[in-house]
This record gives sequence, structure tokens and C-alpha cells, in this order.
Amino acid sequence: MDERLRNELSRQGIFTTTLEDLYNWGRKNSLWPLGFGLACCAIEMIATSMARWDLARFGAEVFRPSPRQADLMIVAGTVTKKMAPQVVRLYNQMPEPKYVIAMGACAISGGPFKQGYNVLKGIDRYIPVDVHIPGCPPRPEALLHAFMTLQQKIDEQALTGPNRPRHLVAGAPSEFPVPQFGEHDLEPSQNPQVWHPPALVRPE
Amino acid sequence: MEAAVPGARLEIIPNGSPCAQHSLLVGDEHGSAVARFLRDDPLLRLDYASNMTGVDWPDTVIKEIVKVKKVVEGVEKEIQETIQKNKPGYLEAVYHLYSMELKHGPVILRMRTKDRGEAVRLPSLTPVWRSAEFQEREAYDLFGIVFDGHPDLRRILMWDEFKDFPMRKDYVAPDDFEYEPTPHDQVHERAKEHYPQTSGA
Repeated sequence: MDERLRNELSRQGIFTTTLEDLYNWGRKNSLWPLGFGLACCAIEMIATSMARWDLARFGAEVFRPSPRQADLMIVAGTVTKKMAPQVVRLYNQMPEPKYVIAMGACAISGGPFKQGYNVLKGIDRYIPVDVHIPGCPPRPEALLHAFMTLQQKIDEQALTGPNRPRHLVAGAPSEFPVPQFGEHDLEPSQNPQVWHPPALVRPE
Repeated sequence: MEAAVPGARLEIIPNGSPCAQHSLLVGDEHGSAVARFLRDDPLLRLDYASNMTGVDWPDTVIKEIVKVKKVVEGVEKEIQETIQKNKPGYLEAVYHLYSMELKHGPVILRMRTKDRGEAVRLPSLTPVWRSAEFQEREAYDLFGIVFDGHPDLRRILMWDEFKDFPMRKDYVAPDDFEYEPTPHDQVHERAKEHYPQTSGA
């Protein structure tokens, strides 16, 4: 609808909207996070939800103790290889539409433990991540910014066409394979559907 | 102590650094008896094992330069010769003991396995100091020291299916390398393998 016509109508007391706007407005303002923390980033996440930073302003104050009731997974902290299958399993148990914020250096890349043997080098090896936050740990402002980024991302999604959200694509995966404990490493060590090793392009 | 535990192999290992924390090496066959003596003796009363850890000493080659007198071309000369000795490696369990009652410590207790392959058994000191239970499990998990007499010897940090011992010097970590913007040292070597086009950078 034309923007000027909409403004004119609203001045006359007639409010118009589209189903897409309404749908996205509902999705982005009721992101219920799954209440779990893995390391020190969880402390910042808790601080974000308390009165000083007040995550409730964004409609995300209800941390759910069950993945069945949650929309958003905040991977707050170091994901060890022993914990990774459980994180993927929790993600699989969440109903669509679902989103992931990888919070902190460890969750996005392994962080200071990147060269170790027992820390996963980024949760994006197994599940699709919507927003990455760097920082060790990121301040609550950074988490709020990630929330706003995610809300913006949801708001801009068209419900039809090639860029529609994953849960509206018939046949798109909602669950991702849970890695198994191997004799030397997790098997597989990454999900090639989700993650590709970074290609290095250097300008000549 | 030699009177209390007859036949025990005991050796003081001096520590030359400024902390001067000398340690007591105990033969593994008398480990439990010596530990009980340290805990129960009224003058020692080391009732608290604050820390237990493992150390991996890999096989090493020691080179010694020895001056030998030899007859070379009819003339007796003094010649330097290098002797190579293979020193077999072993695993070591280190306990730090304190006395809460008499307020002294630490006494550092060490035990060594016979080698790094098959004979990696040591007596568990968990029956003597309960606080060693999880830490002995950790030493078993990361170094592969098998503690005889431990009530519940399972892996504690890594998963049960895991086969390696990551804190041993010869452990090779799984190769899940990912690009790093500023690789250096070992990481740089691996970066060359994975991203050969950047080897000069």
C-alpha cells in the first residue's frame, strides 16, 4: 500500500496493515528465550534480563525453562564438545519459528579455547545462527543490540518469495543431526549443510 | 618413616628454585602405607590432600659429553665423546598434603608409574584422602594413570567413548582447524596445510 495513502487514512481514523506486517510484528515482539547458560556469558544474559537493562522492553523477558515453549536460543558461553550434542538436541526440541543468538567469543568461534582439544569452535558448526555477538563476555548493551538486530531481521523478512523464513519453506530442515561422541572427536565434526570452512580471499 | 613402613622406597627430590618445595618420591608398592603413615602419625597429621595432579614425562635422550683417554695413531689422547642414553618415560602422580590440625604443609608426595604404555597402574590414595577422588579421576581421564583401589574410576571431563589422553605430551588433537587472521607458530604451520595460498603471508 502506498505510504501516503496509509498516512492519509490513519489521519481519518482508519488503520490499515498487511498480514505480513502483522505476522512479523507478532514474531519479533514475543521472542521467548530458552533459559540456559553455559559459562560466564550467562551472567551478562541474566543482567540483561534484570531491571537495569530490562530485556522486557523488547518482549523477551519470559525465559522459558522448556525448549517446547521457547523461540530463541541464546548460546551464552563456551560450548564444550561434551555439551554440544545436548545443545543441538535442545535446539531440535524447540518449535518453529526459532532463532539462535551465539553470544560471546566462545560460542561464535571457540574464543580463547580455540586451540584446545575439547571446545567446539563455534556452535554454528551444527546449528544455523542468526546473530553472532563478539566479546568476552559481551556487555548487556551488546546483547540488547543483538536482540534489536534479530528483530530487524525478522521485520524485514517477506513471507513469500525465495527469502521467506525457514519455517515457511516446505521441506526445509527444522531439526539438525545431533553429533555423536567419537573415539577422538565428535562425529561428524561439523554439519556441512550448515557450516562451511571460511574461504580465504586475499586481494592481489 | 622407614621404621613405620619397612622396605619402602623413599627419595627426596630437591627443588632448586626459590620456592624450595622439595618433594618425596614414594615407590608405588608402598604408596598406600606411606600415605596412611603421613596422615596418622601424631607429628605429621597431614589430614588434607588439597591437590592431586598428574605429570607426563616422555621418553628422552640424554646426551653426555665424557672425556675418554684413547690411543689414536699410536699417541694417547684425551677425546670428548658423546654418549646417548635413552631415558624411558613415565607418568607421575603428585599430591599436595597439608595438616589442618597442626597447620603445616605442604608436603609433596609423588608416585611414578613404570612406563607410559602398559604399566600405568598406581595405588589410589582416595581411601586415605577422600578429596583425591575426583582429582584422581581427572588424572585418569587426561593422563591415563590407572588408580588401583579407586571406588569409581571413570572419565570425568571427556566423554566415556573417548580413547585418548589429552594431557600427554604426544597427544595429537583432532584437526578441526579454522582460518585465523593472525596465525603464528604452530597455528601458522597448520594454516599452511589448510590454506596453502597464504603460506607466504
